[in-house]
Amino acid sequence: MKITGGQHLYYVLRANRLTAAAFAVAIFIFLVAIVGPFITPYDPLESNVASALQPPSALHWFGTDQIGRDVFSRVVVATRLDIFIALSAVALSFVIGASIGAMCGYLGGWIDRWISRMVDVLMAFPLFVLAMALVAALGNKVENVIYATMLINLPFYVRYARVEVNVQRTRGFVDAARVSGNGDARILFRFLLPNVLPGMMVQISLNMGWAILNAAGLSFIGLGIRPPAPEWGIMVAEGARFITTGQWWTVLFPSLALVATVLAFNLLGDGLRDIVDPKLRT
Amino acid sequence: MIGNGQRGALLFLVRRLSAALPVLLGVAIFTFVLMRVLPGDPAIFFASGPAAGEEEIRELRAKMGLDRSIPEQLWIYFKDLASGNLGMSLTTGRPVVADIAERLPASLELALFALVIALAIALPLGVAAALSPGSILDHAVRMICTAGVSLPTFVTGLILIYVFYYLLGVAPDPTGRLNIFLIAPPSRTGFLLVDTLIAGDFATFMAALHQLALPSATMSIYVLAPIARMTRASMLAVLSSDFVRTAVAMGLGRGTVIVVYAFRNAVIPVLTTVGVVFSSMLGANVLVEKVFSWPGVGSYALDALLGSDYAPVQGFVLLMAIIFVAVNFLIDTLYSLADPRVTVE
Repeated sequence: MKITGGQHLYYVLRANRLTAAAFAVAIFIFLVAIVGPFITPYDPLESNVASALQPPSALHWFGTDQIGRDVFSRVVVATRLDIFIALSAVALSFVIGASIGAMCGYLGGWIDRWISRMVDVLMAFPLFVLAMALVAALGNKVENVIYATMLINLPFYVRYARVEVNVQRTRGFVDAARVSGNGDARILFRFLLPNVLPGMMVQISLNMGWAILNAAGLSFIGLGIRPPAPEWGIMVAEGARFITTGQWWTVLFPSLALVATVLAFNLLGDGLRDIVDPKLRT
Repeated sequence: MIGNGQRGALLFLVRRLSAALPVLLGVAIFTFVLMRVLPGDPAIFFASGPAAGEEEIRELRAKMGLDRSIPEQLWIYFKDLASGNLGMSLTTGRPVVADIAERLPASLELALFALVIALAIALPLGVAAALSPGSILDHAVRMICTAGVSLPTFVTGLILIYVFYYLLGVAPDPTGRLNIFLIAPPSRTGFLLVDTLIAGDFATFMAALHQLALPSATMSIYVLAPIARMTRASMLAVLSSDFVRTAVAMGLGRGTVIVVYAFRNAVIPVLTTVGVVFSSMLGANVLVEKVFSWPGVGSYALDALLGSDYAPVQGFVLLMAIIFVAVNFLIDTLYSLADPRVTVE
């Protein structure tokens, strides 16, 4: 009997309940990111000063903010932006990092030395400080948050791919590929990279959570995404002014969305790692 | 005469230092490039207003060295760095070095206090979890670890403020290091907790501790998870090793085996984690200081950044990188003390 990919996934997830739950939540979040703007009860940007700072009610499930916008609608719509930033940043750093790292590991020599030096320099900065400075330097735009998040994630992928390729390039299948007439580029991208990717996939899920935290942190301090765009970090920052007077809902609901999303990706990443490589289980 | 061991140690230090220097050089070049890319012409920004004349702007540019070539500016930047000059903050009108020196103790006090609390909680938790793998405690620790890394510091901080300041009323107003009605002790170390004790002012010490409680708790929760996680993993690995089995078989007491045999060997990877964690605290400081209006370097850099005042930002980024490199240097050195087999490759 042939086992399909779907059946295998089902089998693995049934044996790991927590990972399955995290997987379900992650799927749900992606769905919300896709359909979010079409299902909200209110326009996320529409203000109504008459009903400002109302606590949660049947009319406004998550209450209203300081200028009367519906917090529920804003939390839902924000999902797309936050997921979009994290996904693009992680995808970019994965592709760029893996290529650079694999190249370094395969070629060695002065290219390898210089790039490793540059990675060392990048790693010498506290990552959030680096992201902050980068967004400030490149300009307060969404795409710059993506580039900054990409750059601070890059070292992990570069190092991982470099070490793995370095180890695997002396293995038999590489020699076999070479004697059958493949060039360096083809050996690297056709034979070596596919053997390095599975281990890196696990890192992607963990990095997703981390990238979301990073983007939300940047917008919390007023960098990157500008109000009135609905985004979790901005919503928490705006609500923070009212927490000392007890209006908790403007902070709590965007925070919950943020934490639930990050938690789901982290649990998923941990679960995947346990499945892929049980040795690393901590 | 230098003994063999001492010469080895000295050689080790020199090697480590020479490995750290290129990184520091790279860091300095990187911050320079970063600030050159920053948008807007600071001279126009800081001219008297939109009506400022060409003449005035040109004068400002010359004063700020912006009219020179890039390599020339880089050279000037290095010379300034060598003489400890990080430029002037255009908003406070003071040298950046003076501003940072005044505010750094506030940040360090917060970070170090939080780190000590986190270590005091995370190490026993990690060890306890490793001693009974699969138990309820173990699962609880794993859960705390995953939840801990998923909680953004600004969310933790705001929740703590809501609960302890608004609901329970036990925490003081979450702004700054000291209630404005209290007089700060004469500054000796800049660490309020230490200064108040030197001055023998116990009431102010308690007040400062009160102010410090929530922000440092926020930070501790943030760093607790990775430390506990690494302690648990490292202890688990060591506990299943041959020498621990031998120690148990030889009839050594449980306490001796756990503390002397297992923990001392398990602590090495934990040290590395502490270094990484400390670096991330330097970044998280910015967020925590904003939430609690803490007058540290993070909020200083942030205010400057939002006000397009770039010299303090440059100084801050450079300082954080230098502290990070220094901490790692220190940890590598501690590493070789804890485990004589470790050498520089």
